[in-house]
Amino acid sequence: MSAARNATKSTLTHAPLLAAAAITLIPIAWMLCAAVKSGEDFKWLFLPRGDGFLGIAWDHLTFSNFTRLFGEAHMGSAILNSFFVSSVSAVVATLACAAGGFALARYRFRGRGPITVLVLGALIIPPPLLLAPTYELLYHLSLLDTFTGLLLPGIAPAFGVFLFRQATIQSVPRELLEAARIDGCGELRAFFVIVLPLLRPMIGAFMLITFLMWWNNFISPQVILQDPQKFPLAVAISQLKGVYYQDYGLQMAATVVSVAPVMILFLLLQKEFIAGLTAGAVKG
Amino acid sequence: MRERPGPAPYILLAPFLLIFAVFIVYPLIRSLGLATERSFGPGTSDFVGIKNFRLLLIDPLFWKAARNTLVFTLGSVFIQLPLALLLALALNRPTLRGRSFYRLIFFSPQLVGLVFSGMIASLMFEKRTGLINKTLHGIFGFSLDYPWLQVHIMPMLIITALWMYVGFNMVYFLAALQNVDRSLTEAAMIDGASKAQRFFHVTLPAIRPVGAFVVLLSIIGSVQLFELPFIIFSQTPYGGAGPDNGALTLVMYLYREAFETGDLGYASALGWIIAVFLFLAGLGQLVITRGEKA
Repeated sequence: MSAARNATKSTLTHAPLLAAAAITLIPIAWMLCAAVKSGEDFKWLFLPRGDGFLGIAWDHLTFSNFTRLFGEAHMGSAILNSFFVSSVSAVVATLACAAGGFALARYRFRGRGPITVLVLGALIIPPPLLLAPTYELLYHLSLLDTFTGLLLPGIAPAFGVFLFRQATIQSVPRELLEAARIDGCGELRAFFVIVLPLLRPMIGAFMLITFLMWWNNFISPQVILQDPQKFPLAVAISQLKGVYYQDYGLQMAATVVSVAPVMILFLLLQKEFIAGLTAGAVKG
Repeated sequence: MRERPGPAPYILLAPFLLIFAVFIVYPLIRSLGLATERSFGPGTSDFVGIKNFRLLLIDPLFWKAARNTLVFTLGSVFIQLPLALLLALALNRPTLRGRSFYRLIFFSPQLVGLVFSGMIASLMFEKRTGLINKTLHGIFGFSLDYPWLQVHIMPMLIITALWMYVGFNMVYFLAALQNVDRSLTEAAMIDGASKAQRFFHVTLPAIRPVGAFVVLLSIIGSVQLFELPFIIFSQTPYGGAGPDNGALTLVMYLYREAFETGDLGYASALGWIIAVFLFLAGLGQLVITRGEKA
């Protein structure tokens, strides 16, 4: 094949891909630009034009949206709440699911069959179905408007148990556990010392997706929490409009602050993220 | 040697079983009971039998929500998934450079999440000031007042979901394509099969199981659409489900009945209708894929 034909072919593949990539990135770029603009400068699509470097009026850009966000709009506590809720859930859910999944995969005990069926059966329950009864239950337990009430229902999800059951079958050899037993290692100790390290790839992936799910979770905090001091970012941001309608700069600054931590995590841990988000799907 | 695990498996499973019993099994059973009640907030309810279901079937808002949800689901399956497959095919070329770069970019909107994507969409689709209308106006001379948030609500939601999920679905398709046995396509090539023939007779059948799975995932997700329209319209002056309930979905209606009207019973009945529909969709998928294997 001649070099010229090769070049045409490569342009033909890359042109639509680059166009699609641009379309994907434009809303994110637009959000970033809106977050540092104010007042008159919103007449520009992206950054305000001027006679600065690259024809952009850099001196017009402002961080005032961000300072207002933490000052008058009280987003500081929302960020802390999001971090708290997401990291506690990620750690606890990972431990609970790893323990359950390992037990189902590597022990023979009375009740194993029915429990496995329950785990699989729970996967088909659509979460909205449980919304009203869970709310009623939390009301009777006096757990409405508490972090306990928000976190407790989600700290041992069935799909996590299922994922860790699969991961154990794949990467925890029976022989290793038997050897440990012969050496006098207790069962629970074996779980922490031998099994958890072997499950490390799944632990990383599962912690990340649980963190992401809780970071982006809206419906449960919206339903369960009432005190604005407890709101995570997703809920706090949805209420900006009441006071700040069409305050584009503030709304987009809030979105940037909400999205940035997850984006940074993703860039650092890309492989684990994609493995986690598509886990169990192709092989499942 | 026979293993004697003693209480270990029960101890390891205890946290899961406890949470599962209290927060899955009990609410699931209770939702059946609730569906036969009419309530005014938690703790106050009357038994009404199957009246909730009878009322739902003649409730125009339920049908409006069902229609909107169906339109969105069809849009997701028939527009988003073919595009995801096309992108995956383009990225699957063995000679392509920068595959992981593209994959990173296409995947990134998924991380933005529904709530924050909704925030961006609510501003981008505004009349006059939004990026979408300004761009369409600049390139194609579209009206700057094209009413995405007033009239064309479902297309607006389908486009937003497309942006968010096309890369996510692409990752599944790409993984499936990379598992297709290369010797099959090569054999077909030697036999003189055209590109289209190779795609439809070799590649497509090979990725069908994953395809069926992605379709099911897409249906399950779309039928439960809630955050996107809820957030987008919380950012507009229309509030709620938009003008004339144009953005009302089944789960939004469930939310509104349960937590704005306070009728947990009616909401639970609606929840069961959604659950049964999804169960039938899953069953259908199972029957279709099993039928093919036999």
